[in-house]
Amino acid sequence: MAPVTYRQALRDTLRAEMLRDENVFLMGEEIGLFEGSYKITEGLLKEFGPKRVRDTPIAEEGFVGAAIGAAMLGLRPVVEIMTINFSLLALDQIVNHAAKIYGMFGGQASVPMVIRTPGGGGQQLGATHSQNVELFYSFIPGLKVVAPSTPAEASAMLKAAIRDDDPVLFLENLALYNTKGELPAPVEEIEPAEIGRAAVTRPGTDITIIGYSRMARVAAEVAETLAAEGVSAEVVDLRSLRPLDRATVVESVRKTGCAVVAEDDWLTYGIGAEIAATIQEGAFDWLDAPVRRVAMAEVPLPYAKSLESAALPSADSLLTAVRDTLRATGRPVLEPAR
Amino acid sequence: MAETTRSATKAAPARTTRRARGTKASGPTAGAAENGAARAVDGAAPGGPAESAETLVAYYRQMLLIRRFEERAARAYTEAKIGGYCHLNLGEEATVVGLMAALRPTDYLFTNYREHGYALAKGISAERVMAELYGRSTGVSKGWGGSMHLFDAEARLLGGYGIVGGQVPLAAGAALAVSYKGGDEVVMCHMGDGTTAIGAFHESLNIAGLWDLPVVFVVINNGLGMGTTVEHSAAEPELYRRGAAYRMESVRVDGTDVVAVRDAARAAVERARAESKPYLLETVSPRLKGHSVVDPARYRSKEEKEALKAADPLARMALELEEAGILSHDDRDRLDAEVTAAIDAAAAFADESPAPEVSTLFDYTYATPVPGELRRLPADPVFSS
Repeated sequence: MAPVTYRQALRDTLRAEMLRDENVFLMGEEIGLFEGSYKITEGLLKEFGPKRVRDTPIAEEGFVGAAIGAAMLGLRPVVEIMTINFSLLALDQIVNHAAKIYGMFGGQASVPMVIRTPGGGGQQLGATHSQNVELFYSFIPGLKVVAPSTPAEASAMLKAAIRDDDPVLFLENLALYNTKGELPAPVEEIEPAEIGRAAVTRPGTDITIIGYSRMARVAAEVAETLAAEGVSAEVVDLRSLRPLDRATVVESVRKTGCAVVAEDDWLTYGIGAEIAATIQEGAFDWLDAPVRRVAMAEVPLPYAKSLESAALPSADSLLTAVRDTLRATGRPVLEPAR
Repeated sequence: MAETTRSATKAAPARTTRRARGTKASGPTAGAAENGAARAVDGAAPGGPAESAETLVAYYRQMLLIRRFEERAARAYTEAKIGGYCHLNLGEEATVVGLMAALRPTDYLFTNYREHGYALAKGISAERVMAELYGRSTGVSKGWGGSMHLFDAEARLLGGYGIVGGQVPLAAGAALAVSYKGGDEVVMCHMGDGTTAIGAFHESLNIAGLWDLPVVFVVINNGLGMGTTVEHSAAEPELYRRGAAYRMESVRVDGTDVVAVRDAARAAVERARAESKPYLLETVSPRLKGHSVVDPARYRSKEEKEALKAADPLARMALELEEAGILSHDDRDRLDAEVTAAIDAAAAFADESPAPEVSTLFDYTYATPVPGELRRLPADPVFSS
C-alpha cells in the first residue's frame, strides 16, 4: 500500500471509528468548520454533521469536563485539544475528574474518552506553545497515556484508545504530522493495538535506545546510522507512557547491557528519569555503563531558531550520547569511522 | 459576612401563601422579577391549590430524616467513626427535599460535597449512605468515596464532587449525552454560592446555553463559602443574575420553603425537559453550623448565630404544620422517634459492615484492564524476582 502521512492515518481512523460506532463523536476548538488547526478533522463535519463533529468555544475546562460527563453516560467522545499546552487549562477536569471517577465511586461509572493533542517544539512557537507535558498525565493512576510514533501505530493506537473504557490521553507531535509510513491494511481493517505494550522496533545487541513519539523516530534514524558503523542498536518504542511496559525495557537492557533514553521533555523528573530508575531496579547487574538521558535543555523554549535548535534533542545529540555510553562500557568498541 | 446570613434569613418574606415565596418576595427574591432574563417561575404564582396534608407531612418527614442523619453523622465524626471532611446539610433541608421532589427517578443529579441529604432524598437508603461515611464496603461508593463522593448509578446520583465547581462541566456533558441520544431525562447540577466565581461555572453555562442542553443548574446560596460571604466574593451578589450573561432563564427562591423550592425547581426541570433549555435556579437558605463538622464558625457573631435559630426551616415547618392542624406536637414526636430509630439502625448497619478488603485495592484503577499494571504496595519492589 502507498505510504500515508501520520495526519492522514489519524483522520482516516477517526472516520472509520465514527462509521463503526455512532456513540463516537468529536469535540474541540476549530475542528468543524475550520477542519482542525492541523487539519486532522478535514472533511469530517461535512460527512458527519455538527452533532458528531462539534465545534466548542475556547473553554478547555468546560468542554473537556463536558466530554467526561458525556462519557459517563456511555458516549465515546474524542476531544481535540489544539496543543498539549492548552490542556493545562483543563488540568482539573483531567486529573481530578476523568482520572478519578472510576475509582472514587467504586467502579460504578467509567470514562471512555480520548483526548488527542499534539506536543512538541521546533516550530518556533515560543515558550508556551512548544512544551511536552505528557509527564503530568503519565503520573496519574486512572489515566492512560499513549504516544505512537508512526502512521500505522497511530491508527492502531487511536482505535484502541477509542474502544478503551478509560480516559486516554493520545499524544501527537507537530513534527510527526507530515511524516509518512505504510499501513499494514486498509484503515478499517487495522487491528487495535494493545495499550500498555512497548515495541522493539529494531532488534540489536550492543545498546538499547528507548524513545517515544518523535524521539522513537529519531532513535530509529540513529540506529540506522550506527548500523553503518557496525554498532547494533536495539530500539524500544515505548508507545504507552502509562501504563509503562517496564518488562520490555528491562528485557532489552539485560540483553544489551547499556541504554540511552531519548525524550522530548525536560530531563529533571522527566519520563527518562522513570525509565532510568526502572532499568537500575530491573537490570542493575546487567549494566555496563550508567543509563544516559537525552532531553531538552532546562529552559523555557526560546523563539530564535539558533536557540530553539540548541535546546531540543536531535539525532546528533542522541548519537553523541550513544557513543559516550558505549565508550563508558569499557567494551572494546569501535570508534566511528570519520 | 453578618450581612449575608441576615439576608439569607431575611430572604423569607412575609408569607401569604406558601407557593408565592419564590417570586412574590421582597428583598433579594424580588430581583427575579426585575431582571430581564430572569423572570418569575411559571406555576409558582400564589393562589394555587393548597398542598395536601399528606404531601406536607411526607416532606416534613424527609426533612427530619435528613436533620437526624446529619446530627448523627456529626456525632459519629466526633467518635472518629467518620474520617476526612464531613459537610452537613443542616439548614438546607427544605431545599434538599424541594429540589428532589421536582425530579423524576430517571433524572440525573450531579452535586457537590455537601450531599448526604440529596442522596437520601434521591431514594438511597440511610444505611448505604452512612456506611459510605464510615468507609465500609457496603457504602454507596463501596468505601472509595467517603462523605464527599457519594454515587449511585441506579438512583442516578452521578456523584458528589469535592472540587468546587468540578461537577458543573460534567453535568453539562451528561445533558449533552441525553440530548445526543434523544432522551427525555433532565440533569440537575447543584453547587454552592462560592462556585459562581469559578471559571468552570461560566464555561459550562455558556456551553449549556449555546448547545441548548437540558440541564438545571442550582446555586444553593447559604451565604457563605467556608467563612467568606457572598458579598465578599461576588461582584454581583444576586447570583441568579449570572444567567442573564448566557440568556438563561434564572430565578431566586426562598430555600427554606420546601414547596416554593419544589415549584420553582419543577418549572425549571419541566422546561428543560420540554424545550431542552438550561436553567439557573438560586435557592437561599441558612447554613446552621460551620462549613464542616470541625468548623466552629467563629467568624460569625453571637447575634448572627442567634438569628439562625429563627431561620431553621425544620422548626418553622413544624410550627406551621401544627398551626394548620396538620401535625400535632405528639404526631411530631412520634415521627421523630420513628426517624431517629431509622437513623440508629443505619448507624448500626454501618458500624457492623466490613471494611473493604486490601485485596480489592487495585480493582478500580482502570475499567479496561492493562498488561503489566504496577500493583505494588509501598514497600514492594517494582520487580519481584
